Amino acid sequence: MKYTYTEKKDTRSGFGAGLAELADKNPNVVALCADLIGSLKMEKFIEKAPERFIQVGIAEANMMGIAAGLTINGKIPFTGTFANFSTCRVYDQIRQSIAYSGKNVKICASHAGLTLGEDGATHQTLEDIGLMKMLPGMVVINPCDYNQTKAATIAIADYEGPVYLRFGRPTVPVFLPEDMPFEIGKGILLQEGTDVTIVATGHLVWESLVAADELEKEGISCEVINIHTIKPLDEEIILKSVEKTGKIVTAEEHNYLGGLGESVAGMLARKRPTRQEFVAVNDTFGESATPAELMKKYKIDSTAVKEAVKRILEK
Amino acid sequence: MEELKSLTTQIRRDILRMVHAVNSGHPGGSLGCTEYFTALYGKVMNYKLPFTMEGKNEDLFFLSNGHISPVFYSTLSRFGFFPVDELRTFRKLDSRLQGHPTTHEGLPGVRVASGSLGQGLSVAIGAALGKKLDGDQSLVYTLHGDGELQEGQIWEALMFAAHNKVDNLISTIDFNNRQIDGDVDKVLSLGNLHAKLEAFGWTVLEEKNGNDLETVISILERAKSETGKGKPVVIILHTEMGNGIDYMMGTHAWHGKAPNDEQLETGLKQLYLEAPADY
Repeated sequence: MKYTYTEKKDTRSGFGAGLAELADKNPNVVALCADLIGSLKMEKFIEKAPERFIQVGIAEANMMGIAAGLTINGKIPFTGTFANFSTCRVYDQIRQSIAYSGKNVKICASHAGLTLGEDGATHQTLEDIGLMKMLPGMVVINPCDYNQTKAATIAIADYEGPVYLRFGRPTVPVFLPEDMPFEIGKGILLQEGTDVTIVATGHLVWESLVAADELEKEGISCEVINIHTIKPLDEEIILKSVEKTGKIVTAEEHNYLGGLGESVAGMLARKRPTRQEFVAVNDTFGESATPAELMKKYKIDSTAVKEAVKRILEK
Repeated sequence: MEELKSLTTQIRRDILRMVHAVNSGHPGGSLGCTEYFTALYGKVMNYKLPFTMEGKNEDLFFLSNGHISPVFYSTLSRFGFFPVDELRTFRKLDSRLQGHPTTHEGLPGVRVASGSLGQGLSVAIGAALGKKLDGDQSLVYTLHGDGELQEGQIWEALMFAAHNKVDNLISTIDFNNRQIDGDVDKVLSLGNLHAKLEAFGWTVLEEKNGNDLETVISILERAKSETGKGKPVVIILHTEMGNGIDYMMGTHAWHGKAPNDEQLETGLKQLYLEAPADY
């Protein structure tokens, strides 16, 4: 396998490292947090730029509004809380004060999806990508490892406009090179193949690489594409791949409704109808357990990707 | 002062004509807040033209109860933010004057969308903090409906502003005790609002005569003198919904209803100007 890893790290630490770098790099960056500094790994930013950190308390709606107001004289606010409280709880604040008002706010969301684990379904948002991508003008990014999350955090500061950046709690393989450039809206061809295209985002990227490696041994050749930016979607890289394979599997840690798979299906339906299998949560809430147990039970792990590839080859 | 009083009447004429023209919009609260707007833009606030979004080294205003857009739009146009003639386009297709104010079409004078209630105070606090970060000494003003205070986000923001000593902020509550479904006291009482705001750590001023121009100017000037003292400042401004039009006063019925042709004529007669400059 072309990609391998020597250590595991959480993607939220990638966010923390990126934000800390921005403290030095960009004097307009302001960080806000709703009582989750440790969970969001914001300590280093606070150490470096205490005057540009705002503790909002457990008041996420107010945080979104304050962030919108800070943009007015050119600040670049990064809000930090869990994904559920970054989206579901504050949807109308984001819609009116940020998206419709065209404000340059970076909504940074940790503990996305099932893999926050034991806290259970109250905290496991599987709807956030859908909610955010439906807002006109909102960029939606779900990086896959520590290095990509760090790079994405730094990259979005230079982009003018609202961004939703989604990352997670558990430690996962760090497999992308540290110096890999991050370009918003540009997919990454991780592995070439000829039989099936696998398009994956977030934690499912590594799972897809593992699945592709195992399938290779069974004589099935998978092309693996990392779509870190769900909106705007890199249509070109997907279309080019399905021209070759004619079959696509999408993989994500989200409800199949509203997620990456749905975006890909919608695009392909318009431009090149293609058989598709969805690796995603099947319109249900999560529950308490370890991340690995949950990924297995809800069929969003490498085994689920392998099964999806086989299903599509049988069709 | 006489000129500003005439302008107040002119703005009331605009409000009536705007909502009449499209048979929709919110005249009641707009008419109740007209003195506040002319006081703010005519005397109290230091703003610059042409309008810039950033508003560096100038005072900013945020309308949180966006439904009273008619008074906001008329005021902005009468003070030179955009041509008065554009008031004709209010609530019509392809207009910058949307039903509720927005930045989306680039209307000068508007810095955030409002309409969904309870969000403006948070945004204003963000802008006020931005000014503090930049060492910009100017002030931030907001206006809210009293019914709007039923939104929980307002109380999050009130708590935050006091805790963080956002003392470059002057909020005004348009206290007319009316909301769509009836009297605020009956729908969901605010209780002792003065005491609540004080308990939340704000400097609270109260003015019973919110439809007298000189009084409104003087309470706003007093509020200015209270800024920079470590506490945010709020004015409870008692107003009359529908002020200036006899058949609109004393009821919540004209919160979001437009006058018909006959009612428009009656209303304009009550808003007499020797030489009205209607658009």
